[in-house]
Amino acid sequence: MKAYLTRRYWFAASHRLHNDVFSDAENRTIYGKCNNPHGHGHNYAIEVTVSGPVDAGTGMICNLVDLDGFVQKQVLMRYDRQNLNVLPEFAQAVPTTENLCIGIYELIQSGFALAHLERVRIEETMMNSFEYSGTSEPLR
Amino acid sequence: MNSIVYLTRKAEFAASHFYHNPDFTPEENQRIFGKCNNPNGHGHNYLLEVTVKGQVDPRTGFVVDLKQLKEVMSKEVLDAMDHRFLNKEVPEFLKSIPTTENLAIAIWQRMAPKLKTAELHRVRVYETQDLFVDFYGEA
Repeated sequence: MKAYLTRRYWFAASHRLHNDVFSDAENRTIYGKCNNPHGHGHNYAIEVTVSGPVDAGTGMICNLVDLDGFVQKQVLMRYDRQNLNVLPEFAQAVPTTENLCIGIYELIQSGFALAHLERVRIEETMMNSFEYSGTSEPLR
Repeated sequence: MNSIVYLTRKAEFAASHFYHNPDFTPEENQRIFGKCNNPNGHGHNYLLEVTVKGQVDPRTGFVVDLKQLKEVMSKEVLDAMDHRFLNKEVPEFLKSIPTTENLAIAIWQRMAPKLKTAELHRVRVYETQDLFVDFYGEA
């Protein structure tokens, strides 16, 4: 039977929202206080949802140790205590949580083969969150 | 109006469990289940969210008789699982492993036939704040 498992992780990082194609005044208008030249930081909460049939022998969709190990190595070690703006994936893209969400989805989607990735959801603060499922289909 | 509305009710229960499959060798059990294989068990405060769906009854304004939903949750889940050792006291887990996945499926199977006025949409079981499983009754 098909079930969905969601695991929550945390990392802390800094960023600045700024795009060189805009003027300084436009950047300030579009990004507001997120455009502060010195940057600022968040405690990001990441929810990773995987799905699949529950294995009759183990009672699991996939072994949590494997998912935790993959996310720890490929996501948390990459982003925790980093300045997102200096990472290669944000050399050309603004490190909004939308772009971060898509990037983390693609990291897991392309590297973790032990379960189907349904969704990545990121809480940037308690007041806002972002979700990406790799498709335009409505979420459950 | 034919609007479908979803209603979610929460409940908490505390239970102990451990993960072990007698078909596996002791080494395999240890490798697959790690510290969850401790035969003396360990426990969690499980948070259950049951979501039902339906059309709003024009006379009552309700999508479901909340009293009946609460009774079914109480009788089928809490009475059976709260302050229990899942492996030994809940019949489903004499033969299957009480993972959060199987727990969500067992709760669905216990509740779905008992609900008279509502259609079950989702069973969500939080094992910890950082781990939960959703089951939608899919094959």
